[in-house]
Amino acid sequence: MPEASARRDAASFRIPYCSYLDAHGRAAGGLPDLARSTDELVRLYRAMVLTRAFDEKAVALQRTGRLGTYASALGQEAVGVGVASAMRPEDVLLPSFREQAAMLWRGVTMTELLLYWGGDERGSDFKGPRSDFPVCIPVGTQFPHAVGVGMAMKLRREPRVSVVIGGDGATSKGDFYEALNIAGTWQVPVVFVIANNGWAISVPRAAQTAAETLAQKAIAAGIPGEQVDGNDVIAVRDAASRAIERARSGHGATLIEAVTYRLTDHTTADDARRYRTDADVSPHWKEEPIARLRAYLAAEGAWTKDAETALIAACRKDIDVAVETYLATPPPAPTDMLDFLFESLPTPLADQRAALAARESTHG
Amino acid sequence: MAEITLVEAVTLALARTMQDDPSVIVLGEDVGRDGGVFRATDGLLARFGPDRVRDTPLAETAIAGVSVGLAACGLRPVAEIQFDGFTYPTIDQMANHAARLRTRTRGRLSCPMVLRAPYGGGIHAPEHHSDSVETFFAHVPGLRVVIPSSPRQAYGLLLSAVRDPDPVVFLEPKRLYRSVREEVADDGRGLPLDTCFTLREGGDVTLVAWGAMLREALAAAAQLASEGIEAAVIDVATLAPLDASSILRSVEITGRCVIAHEAPLTGGFGGEIAARVAEHALLSLLAPVRRVTGLDCVMPLPRLEGSYLPTADMIAAAARDVMSHR
Repeated sequence: MPEASARRDAASFRIPYCSYLDAHGRAAGGLPDLARSTDELVRLYRAMVLTRAFDEKAVALQRTGRLGTYASALGQEAVGVGVASAMRPEDVLLPSFREQAAMLWRGVTMTELLLYWGGDERGSDFKGPRSDFPVCIPVGTQFPHAVGVGMAMKLRREPRVSVVIGGDGATSKGDFYEALNIAGTWQVPVVFVIANNGWAISVPRAAQTAAETLAQKAIAAGIPGEQVDGNDVIAVRDAASRAIERARSGHGATLIEAVTYRLTDHTTADDARRYRTDADVSPHWKEEPIARLRAYLAAEGAWTKDAETALIAACRKDIDVAVETYLATPPPAPTDMLDFLFESLPTPLADQRAALAARESTHG
Repeated sequence: MAEITLVEAVTLALARTMQDDPSVIVLGEDVGRDGGVFRATDGLLARFGPDRVRDTPLAETAIAGVSVGLAACGLRPVAEIQFDGFTYPTIDQMANHAARLRTRTRGRLSCPMVLRAPYGGGIHAPEHHSDSVETFFAHVPGLRVVIPSSPRQAYGLLLSAVRDPDPVVFLEPKRLYRSVREEVADDGRGLPLDTCFTLREGGDVTLVAWGAMLREALAAAAQLASEGIEAAVIDVATLAPLDASSILRSVEITGRCVIAHEAPLTGGFGGEIAARVAEHALLSLLAPVRRVTGLDCVMPLPRLEGSYLPTADMIAAAARDVMSHR
């Protein structure tokens, strides 16, 4: 053991925590500039409510056999809305499979989301955000893509930013570390967002890593990491805006850990009662993001019971239209399986396509 | 026109395609200042600069994954994985993403990337540096798997691979990197993908191979010719998607087929070719199809490598054997 005087810190770091609204919707300290306009906060609020209503409908459709397995974002709507609302249209979003809040904000339609989860590739052919990536199911594999997307922007000297969202479980994967490391080394305009909802299916955050925060995983990659209250949409939006502008102005990547909670099952194929109790979950209902912002807006006089009633009705109407369109959409042509595999059908696959077409016309 | 090696032909094709298309970029471990451990990217950094020739951190998954992002955003990345044994971590990105991005988004996003890697044995390399990995990738729909067998094939096929609008896994037989020289015209002309090349006509037996085994097959054909047996030699070149038509046409004439590859026998790509012959040319066969392949064992360290790798003699012996069927 060397003498204490011969030792010093080789490096030191700190992880800031960002939060504005407490669980009751009170802003103890100040609020960032974006909160000056209650109109903007109402937009965020509406988007969170729409996501929750959409999720509720999607789960109901799954339960009645009209949708495939679905991953609800119940309780973590502020992450997607806060992040996506900080982006410009020309930025690129790379979502995990629970980021419908962000995707809807970006202009993916509810019909497209239903088509996707209903088992139809046309749901990922977004008519709105044409450069955004589709949902990513293999956990964490989208992080390297985001670095590539950001690098392409940087090489072309475009003032655009790549924004990728994953879950707490994803931070245990090599893809995550490799992506952060390259983004730091190359100073890539990318923002990594971790929606830490406390659970990777049944494995709690504490069993995922011994690290005190997930945000500090940024430090090893030489990029800043920040933790935010993921149930405070103002905090998420604020942190995302700062990180995105930092990336856009050429200062490279940031990791944001948004701490939230998964109030429901992992997916409709999961039964969370196998690994956690109501007593585990119920305290988190007191911290969820929608009631919190509603309380703040109501206290500011920017939201009323009538507005709430009207919003719910409007969401339900829009959702019903999307569901009708989804349910009325006939399945794609079976030959699409081969027709979209390559830019043009390779000659060696012509026989398989012809056989498929013939089989279908016989059945049809 | 100078005679060049296969690895020089790779460099020539990369330089040509980078010259022609500013969206082409090269990335990988040691591809910059070092010019690649085999010098495949030698001189490219000096000529095209660090924006287009980029050393990556040592992270194979991310090299493939970052390339998916670059390609989806309109660039044409050519990524190098340093050795075959280090391509395994890329299978996740290649199979789950590169291969299916176009299908998943109905063409809204696509993935025009090339994943290059030296592959196969024969140079007395350390462990994990001599694997034949083609079948892993050839089984993934949406990927092209292309393997050159000569400097000219390397130049023409790599040009086409980089220009292809979809992902290509380009496996370079490292044993041939410097062992063969031939004249290669730097004319910017690509060779067609999705087709086999008949390198030698012959009416008695059809020898099918790719990569370094193609040289062995050609040497076997020369041996056989001295014995009065005329062997056709077919270079598969694009394993996936496989166009077996030239193989089938040849087998219809010869009635005999010998397939050679370095990869292990079971599940090797020779099985697919044998199945195609059985499905479409069975009635032309005069003898069972024979496979001359590596063993179903771990690729050995260099002291036993020579006992593992198929040789021209083994291919010629298999050809004589099928010729003995009347």
